[in-house]
Amino acid sequence: MPAVATDFETVIGLEVHCQLTTRSKMFCACSTDYAGAAPNTHVCPVCLGMPGVLPVINEQAIADIVMTGLALDCEITPFSKFDRKNYPYPDLMKGYQISQYDLPVCKGGSLEIQVEGHEPRRIGITRVHMEEDTARLLHRTDPVTGDGYSLVDVNRSGTPLMEIVSEPDMRTPAEAREYLVRLRQVLRYIGVSEANMEEGNFRCDANISLRPRGQAEFGTKVEIKNMNSFRAVHDALVFEEKRQAAALSAGEKLIQETRGWVDERNETVSQRSKEHANDYRYFPEPDLPPLRLSSAFVESVRARLPRLPAERKAELLDLGLSEHEAVTLSESRDRADYYDAVRAALTGGEPARAAKLAANWVLGEVLRWVNTTGRDIQDLPVTPDRLAELITMVGQGTVTAQAAKSVFETMAESGKTAADVVAEQGLAQISGSDELRDMVRAVIAANEKAVADYRAGKDSAIKFLIGQVMRETKGRANPALLQDLFTEELTEK
Amino acid sequence: MSDLWRLTAHEAHEKLRAKEFTAVELTESVLARVDAVEPRVHAYITLTPELALEQAREADVRLASGTATPLTGIPVGVKDLIVTKGVRTTAASRILENFVPPYDSHVYEQVRRAGGVMIGKTNMDEFAMGSSTEHSAFGPSRNPWNLDLVPGGSSGGSAAAIAAGECLVSLGSDTGGSIRQPAALCGCVGLDPTYGRVSRYGIIAFGSSLDQVGPIGRDVEDVATMLDCIAGHDPRDSTTAPDPAPDYRHYLGRDVRGMKVGVPREYFVAGMEPGVKQAVETALKTLEELGCEIDTDFSLPSTEHALAVYYIIAPSEASANLARYDGVKYGFSDRTAGSMWENMEHTRAHGFGNEVKRRIMLGTYALSAGYYDAYYLKAQKVRTVINDEFAAAFQKYDVIVTPTAPTVAFPIGSKVDDPYAMYLNDVYTLPASVAGLPAINVPCGFSEGLPVGLQVVGNFFDEGRIIQVAHAYEQAAGFANRLPRL
Ligand SMILES: [Zn+2]
Repeated sequence: MPAVATDFETVIGLEVHCQLTTRSKMFCACSTDYAGAAPNTHVCPVCLGMPGVLPVINEQAIADIVMTGLALDCEITPFSKFDRKNYPYPDLMKGYQISQYDLPVCKGGSLEIQVEGHEPRRIGITRVHMEEDTARLLHRTDPVTGDGYSLVDVNRSGTPLMEIVSEPDMRTPAEAREYLVRLRQVLRYIGVSEANMEEGNFRCDANISLRPRGQAEFGTKVEIKNMNSFRAVHDALVFEEKRQAAALSAGEKLIQETRGWVDERNETVSQRSKEHANDYRYFPEPDLPPLRLSSAFVESVRARLPRLPAERKAELLDLGLSEHEAVTLSESRDRADYYDAVRAALTGGEPARAAKLAANWVLGEVLRWVNTTGRDIQDLPVTPDRLAELITMVGQGTVTAQAAKSVFETMAESGKTAADVVAEQGLAQISGSDELRDMVRAVIAANEKAVADYRAGKDSAIKFLIGQVMRETKGRANPALLQDLFTEELTEK
Repeated sequence: MSDLWRLTAHEAHEKLRAKEFTAVELTESVLARVDAVEPRVHAYITLTPELALEQAREADVRLASGTATPLTGIPVGVKDLIVTKGVRTTAASRILENFVPPYDSHVYEQVRRAGGVMIGKTNMDEFAMGSSTEHSAFGPSRNPWNLDLVPGGSSGGSAAAIAAGECLVSLGSDTGGSIRQPAALCGCVGLDPTYGRVSRYGIIAFGSSLDQVGPIGRDVEDVATMLDCIAGHDPRDSTTAPDPAPDYRHYLGRDVRGMKVGVPREYFVAGMEPGVKQAVETALKTLEELGCEIDTDFSLPSTEHALAVYYIIAPSEASANLARYDGVKYGFSDRTAGSMWENMEHTRAHGFGNEVKRRIMLGTYALSAGYYDAYYLKAQKVRTVINDEFAAAFQKYDVIVTPTAPTVAFPIGSKVDDPYAMYLNDVYTLPASVAGLPAINVPCGFSEGLPVGLQVVGNFFDEGRIIQVAHAYEQAAGFANRLPRL
């Protein structure tokens, strides 16, 4: 048998389950704010699946899924319905999950992604549908007998869950990761989900298959579960890509199966083959009438749709910012909003200059504060207006650029305005030439070597001398004036 | 005073208001009657005498303050699939034999708000699956007219309690005839409202697209009064109609002259007892004498398919509705086996009765991959055909009148091992259920000493009209509040 080195193409599709941030659960009035709460404290007869209870649709959840559909360019179907997905499991209180089978709320959308160094690509969205989350099982071991047992925490049961199914349009694990990053960004922009994979409110299952490049039919697909981070999704797909390529190259036949990612072992392991897959026996949920969405409702949601990351990034590029600056500033909606507010408050200058100045500050001091404190940008006591005030003071020479950084820090700690901080700490720029001339003379007297260097033609020595005055004045000295004074004093001698 | 239990609810209400006796005295009379006959009838699974007396005392306060409703102080029986907070609710199943609900159903809330007095939770076929109340994990109820016979089902306890004087009015539930058929077999009035007229919140589900709660009483007026109490929109049940329910008592005592009555020929076929046929034909004459225009040249050709449709849709829905009973959260739990899955299987194997298991299997099969289109989907399509035939009929007729059941009450044990024979007892009640239409049973005489029932079916949300016809007939025929000697 001749060994054929086949060139394979990878085909990846992703299913994302994402919890919505509605205040109450999908079908009952229980609060979804159960993070950190004691088990089984956010429950009622409905989400406990007591005999006789009935579901009532959470209208906010429907508005959220419609907004998601609009953000992903989906068609919002005017008529959809809920179905029962039957499977017995102790985390499923009713023995069935209310989901949507053949008529989802949204279908046929797309999301643009761009892997660094590659052209942008549009990934198709097959559908977005609404369902309810399950309870959580906590597995324990009896310390005495060593037997395993499970506890049920019903707090999560009935939380609104949105499933976003992509087309099998991704071709590399890097694209899959980028898709997740962009999807998460959109969901956070429109404010429907915290979309945090580590916290479990954004979960991803992946389907991956390989086919000889050029072949139209898909190969045998494998579903991968148990991935708890973007990195895990990426690594699992890389592993699976290699495993399948090796098997196919060796002439093996792959089986359609579900495999679980084992993080600590960095590999996928077979969970169950599809032949033993559940028959979910879907049928229309008789307890809920079909969902008819009026165009007025859809339009009211569309009216609240914020500008999305791609649009925000394009606007930033139009302002003359670099690709890197535009991407970083449009990373989150809060960040982009903060930046825009600072820029808008910088009146009276040249717009391109204001855009650049605002970008420097937000990408510099503001993000430094966010990163070191670990807090959200909207918690920053230095509001966009106050930051604009500080930037303006620097522009007018009231405070030096160097001193401004410490002013910012004090503002962030104390919540005071720039003017107050400058006045209290005496940080106003020293522009009086008499006051500075004495310092310049003292520095010249104390630094013979630098003076000699300067006189020997080493121009950079003057920077050292200026730095000495800056240190003494804590950066308050007017640097331009200092330059003049040093030149004057050194030339006179 | 000792015979107060013989009164209809509206008679009792008048006398309570006139202070001829108190609600406590009325309740004591009913409780004494329960003591005397319950060992023979077994209409109840759980009796709540202390609660009843407490509620009766509250009712007396209300009666004294002038804020009483027509149900204040009236002893009520509540079918044991209607969830009652703090009072064991079993659905006549071993799997729920110790289940004490933490919440109230909508209908029980309404009854309590009106000041009704609950005597207890009435017996039924397990999860409402049956037509004789023999499929109860707590033993069968007996027909007060002849204790060797079944009271019908599944709301057999609710009907038997009315006929035996163990409450004045009761609540049952109807999925395929479960109010009308036992009402017919026990000589009571029973009304199955339009699907969506009464909230199902807190009703232990059997067939969710078919289940409706409705009243059973001694006469049409009592049934209209109870319907007034429970009907209407409930935001907790998304399938309830949004518009408010009309005042049903308004339809009592009204003329029925010129009312167009259709009598479909498919309801007079082989298997029908001669005595039943005769009683129904006499009733049709009475209606004619009252001025109704009777048309017997009328066909509902899909009638015979209602049975097949029902026995696919109801079990399919039940197979999902009953999945929650796994012994993990509440109710009966067999934890003797080793693994979780084995415990769940054992719980269900020992917790459910045979008829329930039969229907879970039927439904699971009908929904399975590869069979769904042939069974469930096909059944839904035929259901639409049945609906269309009724819709066309109501273009022509104000009401449709038929017998309620093909036979009178049958002996305990005679059909319990022959499911199909048992299912056939519901052939006249199933079509209206499948279509979601309102229908009432009103007693129309006797066959060999046993009650026969007449069914009046109305258009959607036209409960008023069937109450009007049933009441006019009842006043003319004189079969109201007939009680057997016990
Ligand atoms: Zn809840």
